[in-house]
Amino acid sequence: MTNEALQNLTSSWVPELEFTEEKSQFLNITVQPEQLHSLMTQLKSNSETNFDYLFCLTGMDWGAALGVVYHLESTTHRHQIVVKVKTEDRENPTFDTVCNIWYTAEFHEREVFDFFGIKFNNHPNLKRLFLTEDWDGFPLRKDYVDEINMIIK
Amino acid sequence: MDTTVINNFKSEEYQINMGPQHPATHGVLRLLLTIDGEIIKRVEPDLGYIHRSIEKMCERDSYQQIVHLTDRMDYLSSHINNEAVCLTVENALQLEIPERVKVIRTIIAELTRIASHTLWWGVMGMDVGALTTYFYGFRDRELINDIFEETCGARLTMNYNIPGGLMFDIHPNFVKRTKEFIDHFKTKLPEYDLLLSNNIIFRKRMEGIGILSKDDAISFGASGPVGRASGYSCDVRKHHSYSAYDRVTFNEILKTEGDTYARYQVRILEMWESLSIIEQLIDNIPEGEFFTKTNTVIKLPEGEYYQKVETARGELGVYIVSTGTKNPYRMKFRSPGFSNLSLLNHIAVGGKIGDLVATMATLDLVIPDIDR
Amino acid sequence: MNITKNIHEWLFSLMPATTASIVEMVLIAVVYLGIFAVAGLYLVLLERKVAAWFQLRLGPNRVGYQGLLQTMADALKLVSKELTGTIKADKFLYNLAPYFVIITALMAISLFPFTQEFQAFDINIGIFFLIAISSIGVIGILLAGWSSNNKFALIGAMRSGVQTISYELSVGLSLLTMVLMTGSLQLSQIVEVQKHGWLIVQGHIPAVIAFMIYMIAGTAETNRAPFDLVEAESELGAGFHTEYSGMKFAYFFLAEFINMFIIASIATTVFFGAYLSPFGITENIPLLGVFWFLIKTLAIIFLMMWFRWTFPRLRIDQLLVLEWKYLLPLNLMNLIIMALMVLLGLTIQF
Repeated sequence: MTNEALQNLTSSWVPELEFTEEKSQFLNITVQPEQLHSLMTQLKSNSETNFDYLFCLTGMDWGAALGVVYHLESTTHRHQIVVKVKTEDRENPTFDTVCNIWYTAEFHEREVFDFFGIKFNNHPNLKRLFLTEDWDGFPLRKDYVDEINMIIK
Repeated sequence: MDTTVINNFKSEEYQINMGPQHPATHGVLRLLLTIDGEIIKRVEPDLGYIHRSIEKMCERDSYQQIVHLTDRMDYLSSHINNEAVCLTVENALQLEIPERVKVIRTIIAELTRIASHTLWWGVMGMDVGALTTYFYGFRDRELINDIFEETCGARLTMNYNIPGGLMFDIHPNFVKRTKEFIDHFKTKLPEYDLLLSNNIIFRKRMEGIGILSKDDAISFGASGPVGRASGYSCDVRKHHSYSAYDRVTFNEILKTEGDTYARYQVRILEMWESLSIIEQLIDNIPEGEFFTKTNTVIKLPEGEYYQKVETARGELGVYIVSTGTKNPYRMKFRSPGFSNLSLLNHIAVGGKIGDLVATMATLDLVIPDIDR
Repeated sequence: MNITKNIHEWLFSLMPATTASIVEMVLIAVVYLGIFAVAGLYLVLLERKVAAWFQLRLGPNRVGYQGLLQTMADALKLVSKELTGTIKADKFLYNLAPYFVIITALMAISLFPFTQEFQAFDINIGIFFLIAISSIGVIGILLAGWSSNNKFALIGAMRSGVQTISYELSVGLSLLTMVLMTGSLQLSQIVEVQKHGWLIVQGHIPAVIAFMIYMIAGTAETNRAPFDLVEAESELGAGFHTEYSGMKFAYFFLAEFINMFIIASIATTVFFGAYLSPFGITENIPLLGVFWFLIKTLAIIFLMMWFRWTFPRLRIDQLLVLEWKYLLPLNLMNLIIMALMVLLGLTIQF
């Protein structure tokens, strides 16, 4: 399916999607946190899109907003798409989990929780994956400071 | 102990720590096992013992420096990791890469794959108790390391790629020695089958355990031999061809059983495919430059770049978000080991401790790849 | 032999009969202990050399000529090492366990007829005694696993219990098959019968089957690969002796090799005519019996090493399936066939 067709199809499911293809090799969809789970379910289950392979799940800190970037691919149609979700809330950022849609998200979301402090609703086992339970702060955020261990040039 | 903790267990179950120092975890991976007698009830990986925060370090370093960090991730496919970053940067800059570089990169990547698989084969045998395989695997890997040493000066973390091409041209002996290796390895690879693959005990140990269905493989993001053993066509070299893979013919090894033995077979057969790829390219290395000149300070144009490559363990994704400065704004490595580890609990539950070790061996986990 | 006869007479002339025989026993025990502690060490060296040969390596070659003193040096190191243990271990049982293992191993050795005269202890229930003694060792392993207060050790010990109790049956039954032909449990008697041809030749087909079963079960009895589930280093770290160090570990280690020697010696005695030379070529030089005995034993030990460095390990359920579903029924059938053969006089005798 071409990017254009994908855009038309997905915008008919969920309102308030932002589409862009600039500065990226994929079609980027930005979705509101509330609609994330329903969009993802559609993308996976709809036979025309059938995005059954979540090949990358990245936590992001855009400075003002925190968010998650999902790279999706369909193993039947071989088309790819990027879904982004953002929140301005840096104190208590929360999204819905997608690990009931793609099992691989369970570990990736734990990684994001570990390094960005983004919480995922309904995640079965949301605890720190790499760092110890008592680690202070979230290291991959841009405002993280550790004067002892970090070497900044 | 408070009662809630106790109530989480059935009366016969107990927990043991497999690792962080344990011979079968090949590094510092800790598995928290819940066991009933010998039967695995739950496997919970505990990571982070050698996490070096490479992604955070990348946000501070220049692109040339980042290349050197990546071969500390999956150190057995260090060349392919380097290549992944270089390809991402080259695509972002839209550099024209000489044909010679593409071919050399492909040859070395396939040699790396064979080296990684021979090491895996040795260790695989050791995990199921056949100690001799280890030395057979290392004997052949040694020859590849010698070839690398001659050309790159290093045997493990090679750092041979730079954005734009290669650090230096191949050694004059490279072609000759690679051909010698191919001839040697073609006689030695059947020995692997003689010693291990067709052994009745080994077959009984491997067949029918750790079964991963195709749908689960896709959902868990399994890639590389793990995915292909479940019948999931996931070879990046085929589907998103890069470097010189589009000009060689090779088969994507697919098995449908999805069990431990299928994963074993896929790797063995993949070594034959790698040999055939090298054979097709080794006589046709084009003449020319071995690099394209880049600026000393590389600045990627603003945007997002994603590149995937097939390492010996599966699909490695490099995701760069650039704001136009000399450092990436955010760099993410989607490592194959991380996704492959996440399915361990799914396929190991219900088996014995011995099965867990065999299953884990065929996932071919490299811990620094998981703890990036 | 002359020297032993002289010592014997000298001792009895020196003191009353009871004291003399006690002193004599102690002397024999000390001599055996000395010989087999060293022999055990050299078996370790042999194992390492054989392993190296199978694995395209050189093996130990630095300490002494061709590495001959390597295991001596290792033993010295182990003796001088600090003994560590876990705080919550059951101290008494923890310290008792290694002695159980090593003493039972050494006790069994006293029975073997190395030549016609070189045999410390010839009782009329020889084979029975050997089987009984060799299965006491497992108590030591169970104690070690239990008292270390370590889950890996406990799993290893439990596996060992299961394994030894199962394979004990096969060892016993396959030896019983051979006893049908000799009509005696006494080892010297068994050797006597073989002057008309080694038992493996006398009993031909059923004897060969019994020998194969014995080798499989015997390897399992000594907890060696491919039946090394007890210590299975890729699964359990070191199994039952995880928490042992220094000399206590060395006891377990040495016991494993002495047990291997015992299993091979039993095979030599029961199947291959102990000290008897092939076709009686050196019958008039009785001292050469030691040579023949050792040659046969070492050949069988080599076979066991060959197993170890070639085969992968079985899984615990496969181990039990092999014993209870295949070896045991086969063994019982073999026993009946052998009984019929002896009854009908189908054995081959020269």
